[in-house]
Amino acid sequence: MRGKRFQLWASVALIGGPIAVFIVWALFDNARQFVSTFLNGVTLAALYFLVASGFTLVFGLMRNVNLAHGSLYLLGAYVGWEVGDATDSWLLAVAAGFLAAALLGLLLQVCIFRFMQGQDLRQTMVTIGISIVLADLMLWMWGGQIYQFDPPRAIYGSIPMPIIHGYPTYRIVLFLGAVVIGILLWWLLNRTRVGMMIRAGVDDRAMLAASGVNVQLVFAITFAIGAGLAGFAGVVGGTALSISPGEDVRYLLASLVVVIVGGMGSITGAAVGALLIGIAEQFGLAYAPTYGIVFTFVIMTLVLAFRPRGILGRPA
Amino acid sequence: MSAAQWRRAMNSGAGRYGLARSSAAPAAPAARAPEPARIGADILEGLRRVGLRHVIVLAGLLVYPVVASPFFTFQIGGQSLALGLIALSLTFMGGYGGMVSLAQLSVAGVAGYMVAIFGTSIDPISLGWPWWLAVIVAILIATVFATFVGWLSVRTEGIYTIMITLAIGVAFYYLTLQNYSLFAGHRGFNQVNAPTVLGINMRDPVPFYYLTLGCALAGYFFIRYLIRAPFGMALQGVRDNPRRMRALGFHVTAHRVAAYSVAGVLAAVGGVLMIWYNNQISPESTGIGRMIDILVIAVLGGMRHPIGAFVGAVVFVLLQTFAIDLIDRERFNLVIGGVFLAIVLFSPDGLLGLWAQLRQRLPLGGAQAKFRSNGVQ
Repeated sequence: MRGKRFQLWASVALIGGPIAVFIVWALFDNARQFVSTFLNGVTLAALYFLVASGFTLVFGLMRNVNLAHGSLYLLGAYVGWEVGDATDSWLLAVAAGFLAAALLGLLLQVCIFRFMQGQDLRQTMVTIGISIVLADLMLWMWGGQIYQFDPPRAIYGSIPMPIIHGYPTYRIVLFLGAVVIGILLWWLLNRTRVGMMIRAGVDDRAMLAASGVNVQLVFAITFAIGAGLAGFAGVVGGTALSISPGEDVRYLLASLVVVIVGGMGSITGAAVGALLIGIAEQFGLAYAPTYGIVFTFVIMTLVLAFRPRGILGRPA
Repeated sequence: MSAAQWRRAMNSGAGRYGLARSSAAPAAPAARAPEPARIGADILEGLRRVGLRHVIVLAGLLVYPVVASPFFTFQIGGQSLALGLIALSLTFMGGYGGMVSLAQLSVAGVAGYMVAIFGTSIDPISLGWPWWLAVIVAILIATVFATFVGWLSVRTEGIYTIMITLAIGVAFYYLTLQNYSLFAGHRGFNQVNAPTVLGINMRDPVPFYYLTLGCALAGYFFIRYLIRAPFGMALQGVRDNPRRMRALGFHVTAHRVAAYSVAGVLAAVGGVLMIWYNNQISPESTGIGRMIDILVIAVLGGMRHPIGAFVGAVVFVLLQTFAIDLIDRERFNLVIGGVFLAIVLFSPDGLLGLWAQLRQRLPLGGAQAKFRSNGVQ
């Protein structure tokens, strides 16, 4: 017990020490850059959480590593853009992005993955094939140019802040929105009947089926929610940043790393992982531009070395 | 857990062969018990046929550049063999180790980048070492990288491998894209020329073809040898039942990491060949599309036999080269993605699996063939 506590404190000192030194140095050196980098990191983390929570939800229940998750993100964004362009309503665009991705996710689960239950590797390979085809189809339809959404007027502009004078309102709304979605997901999983079934399915799929629950329906609902979250994140992320071909890979990588770091199948883990990776990525970009990705990678390596199942992961 | 699921998932070759053999073996002695001499003759006959097949293929490969045009020798032959070598490393790990690593192309990419950094190119970053030293150092560094990837990814099992290796590979891609001081950023290294040995430029079609053929054959027979050696047998044991292997006293993790290292050497050699083939290297050569190409090649051919990697590579390169005649150049990914999807959905054993199914349909004992297909499906 004492040894364990010592180990904990030692690792906190070993990792926290340099970070504390860096924070003090960065605050004295250029407080404005530090704070805005931190806020950017948190915004990015919110976006990563939205994408990764769907990924981890699907993985946790169905053991399906959906490598087409990035494509669902991009598809949601493009469909949302079309709807937003036609109706001039940002909220409708968000809804359309969610629905389009959810519908495609539902189709995939019902038409393909249902028939290869338990064949992890084959499912993963199928998702790779689907992501290649989808990426090419989307390139065909929407071309290579960059699209961007305009957020609604109410959350346009910036909010005054101490040190950095102002920060885009939309990004703050995005962060709050991610927190709300996180709480909603937690509520859905822990306080509703569907959530109870999903949690039971994570623990023991066969037992759940034996107790009379239509497991396929639970699977389909989960896949739709997970895919829908990716599409939702597509529109939201397309507003904060932009959408273009290649973003699918970027967000797939982000979901993978976030989920590996946070622990697979855990929503809280996705939140922790997203915060770590989002902040690390922004600080990497700001303070060591050409080695930015290395920070993400070092975090992943450290976590895998000491906690192979991720920070909040638990044995399958 | 991982291995069992992997086998179920892939409808594994070992399982299928094991089943087919055990069902066929008891039948044969029962029918032919009175004539033991005939069984011996059958075995001899079988050996001779296998030998003949190998000799024909080998002769065909050696004569190929004489009959084929330089384009076919270099673009199709050389490229297929080099890509096949990289895919072979994945086939070895996936088929015999039960670990599907998407980072094999990144290992090849590391080797390629190291050749460019230590050897000569148009970029001032290059150190200008003699080519043989640069190649040796590049293969060493790439092998160390592969071992590191293995050490990281064997900490978790089964399906996680593909996620972690994908993450590592994409991270390497972004590193080469962002970093200018070492990897020359998005422009990469140009004019990384193949060496001239004894007055022969290794990038000329015929020398390059024989060079890749030599490497590919060496790799192929090395893997053929390795999977029958004690290490290979133990590795297959680890694939099928890690827990039992651990109980028998085998060091499961060490075997898996060693598999990554061995596969890393093959992929590194393939990477060196690919950089000489392309004459340059840039982040595009290590991007996610290329990573998946290697997986497509391995799965297309079939992972249950080392030859599958080369079969897949030939089909892939032919598709890549000639699909543009049939459809728009831009839509190549659609074709290759569709083919991959079809293979994964309908024939998990790839083209080799299709071939095996076809042979079962041919009239060589209807009842037996029927029994086999029942046993398999």
